[in-house]
Amino acid sequence: MIDGSLGGPVEQQYLLEARQMQALSLAVHIPLVCFGIAFPAMVLFLEGLWLRTGDPVYKALAKRWSKAMLILFACGVVTGTILSFELGLLWPEFMATFGEVFGLAFGLEGFSFFLEAIFIAIYVYGWDRLPPRVHLACGAPIVATGIAGSFFVISVNGWMNKPVGFDIRDGEVVNVRPFEALFNDNFWHEFVHMYLAGTIVAGFVVAAVYAAGWLRGKRERRHRLGLVVPLTFAALAAPAQLLVGDWAARTVAENQPTKLAVFEGLGPTERGAPLHVLGIYEDGEVKYGIKFPKLLSLLAYHDPDARVQGLDAVGADDRPSDTGINIVRLSFQAMVAIGSGLAALGVFYLWTWWRRRRLPRSPWFFRALVVAGPLSLVALICGWVTTEVGRQPWIVYEVMRTEEAVTGADGIPIGYATLVVVYIALAAIAGVMLRRLSRKPLEV
Amino acid sequence: MLADLAAALVVVGLIAYVVLGGADFGTGVWDVTARDESMRARIKRSMGPVWEANHVWLIFILVIVWTAFPRAFGSITSTLALPLFLAAVGIIFRGGAFALRGEAATMFEQRGLGATFALSSVLVPFFLGAAVGGIASGRVPVGNAAGDAISSWLNETSVTIGLISVVTGAHVAAVFLGADAERAGETGLVRAFRVRALGSGVVAGALALAGLFVVRSDVPDLYDGLTSGAGLACVIVSAVAGVATLALEWRSRFEAARYTVAAAVGSIVAGFALAQRPYFLPPELTVDEAAAPDATLAALLACAAGGLCLLVPALVWLFRLQLSGRLDSRSNT
Repeated sequence: MIDGSLGGPVEQQYLLEARQMQALSLAVHIPLVCFGIAFPAMVLFLEGLWLRTGDPVYKALAKRWSKAMLILFACGVVTGTILSFELGLLWPEFMATFGEVFGLAFGLEGFSFFLEAIFIAIYVYGWDRLPPRVHLACGAPIVATGIAGSFFVISVNGWMNKPVGFDIRDGEVVNVRPFEALFNDNFWHEFVHMYLAGTIVAGFVVAAVYAAGWLRGKRERRHRLGLVVPLTFAALAAPAQLLVGDWAARTVAENQPTKLAVFEGLGPTERGAPLHVLGIYEDGEVKYGIKFPKLLSLLAYHDPDARVQGLDAVGADDRPSDTGINIVRLSFQAMVAIGSGLAALGVFYLWTWWRRRRLPRSPWFFRALVVAGPLSLVALICGWVTTEVGRQPWIVYEVMRTEEAVTGADGIPIGYATLVVVYIALAAIAGVMLRRLSRKPLEV
Repeated sequence: MLADLAAALVVVGLIAYVVLGGADFGTGVWDVTARDESMRARIKRSMGPVWEANHVWLIFILVIVWTAFPRAFGSITSTLALPLFLAAVGIIFRGGAFALRGEAATMFEQRGLGATFALSSVLVPFFLGAAVGGIASGRVPVGNAAGDAISSWLNETSVTIGLISVVTGAHVAAVFLGADAERAGETGLVRAFRVRALGSGVVAGALALAGLFVVRSDVPDLYDGLTSGAGLACVIVSAVAGVATLALEWRSRFEAARYTVAAAVGSIVAGFALAQRPYFLPPELTVDEAAAPDATLAALLACAAGGLCLLVPALVWLFRLQLSGRLDSRSNT
């Protein structure tokens, strides 16, 4: 139905590897985005406390964190560059055909990224060199552009899942309406979901570092502060995420019923559809799972007898493979399980703080925090796997297939292997840098 | 009209990246050949605050091209996949090695990181220059990987432009670093960068001249564009600015040389763009044919105008802080 600006589909035997390569790059970049979204706000919060109270501990910690922020931002710049290249290197037909529709969002993202790079440099290198209030003010654009950048990128993802802002005539994209594509009505839930996810990940990961220190006996005021600030951000965001997750799932049910069926592995269309926990999807149904009658209808439509569209509503070519369905189900359930656990941990912390004005005392609380950091990353990646694999076989939902978008160039497996090595090296470098930073004495 | 404006925006991004990003890559050459640590320290302090911003120009170029000229973008990235991928990998290695420079605990680490930094600093501009050479010499046809995967970027024009990119970057870097050293009162380094600037400047000029001959035999149409009309005007401006740069370097007036060297490099980039008009992908796809619909172009240009209103003052402020030495510090990592 769509011809493609470069002349239509080409032979590519390594489509799966191309998809994995893209997924790998996204999985490396997205955690860094979380820190771009949420970390600057935490740093500014501390700097603001310093300006109000004059207490040097706030400043020392803010300064320390701002350097970690710069290291993570630098990693984000280089991995973001790779991603920009990859969009063209792996999916040239997608870019060639639809760049004119969704590209505006990336253009705006480019500007916001640029401003972020400028102000982060001024902020981090400007400590003690700019007047304190000017310095604090330089942090505000970092927070704003971190949010704006993810807003624009997610607008594109929302658009890929519900493409609007163009018409197709004789296989050609015509009547392009870029602003309609930019503000498609499918991305608001994704954006809020991701914004909270960023806060949860950045908060729990930083808290995990200090919780580990706490367990090793580092309990001075600055360590306590390093734990409490990020944990409070994350603990507030985690319960809210449950509500947003519900909103997201209902939006998927409305806009992409097939995708919702993939989340659950719902074979036949039915009223009062059940929800299965665990199990595997095989031959059109979930086997060995724990069945909760009518729960899917209740969750997706807030009505236990609602009709839920099953996978049988579309042909096998128009939905993910069985393996894909199982990957999506597993990821979706892992995300929900971890997210619920994080929310419970956050509520427990907030409740203790509210009632007793202190941190929980049990070492198990701190052990849980140490685990919560990495788990929040797992939940984040699982969430993206859910939405991206669940979108298959489409790159532009129900308009262009991934196989129609892929490059005709050779060498995808070699590129894939190279990238694996490169990312391991990058992770090692970032790890060494952050570790060295953490071992330097705090400068006040 | 809109298409030309969008193309102009791409050229502006390209000029900024070639000058600022190029200088950034160029520091790698001086880093690895440095005789003592004071030069490496100078490089680190000069580039630290600005390198991310300098590299965002590349992302700027990519997003403008894929939005405003999507068909050209898809054709370029699929045919030139190899050099572009290698450049992207080089950018990662370079960023990593730069960040770790000076942090290395052992001599072995130090050498390994230094070599990685230098190698990627040379390879990235080479591959990007070679890719541009492939486009300029008409070796990127419209289509999904329709051109030759190798000869599209390993040919006389590509290799020449790749080499020019490397040497030009080194030259601009020597000027910028010399100016920074002058401001900081590091007289020994000023002398060292004077020699390096003059040497690399002469080589860059010679390569540029040789490049004209390569282009004459390989891409006659481009040569005609460079030797007539607006293209010729740019070449002349570049030559004059280049000679002025050498004269300023001779007299160690680096602060002024910053601007002449930027003019020399920027005008040759503009000259190439003007010389291949009206084509985006010579010899078949014109700027107008490659362009997105007017609705997209208008939206993009309006957003770019608004974005530049924010971006330019911020960038000017960053560079003023940096050039006045206020962000220069010994302890930043």
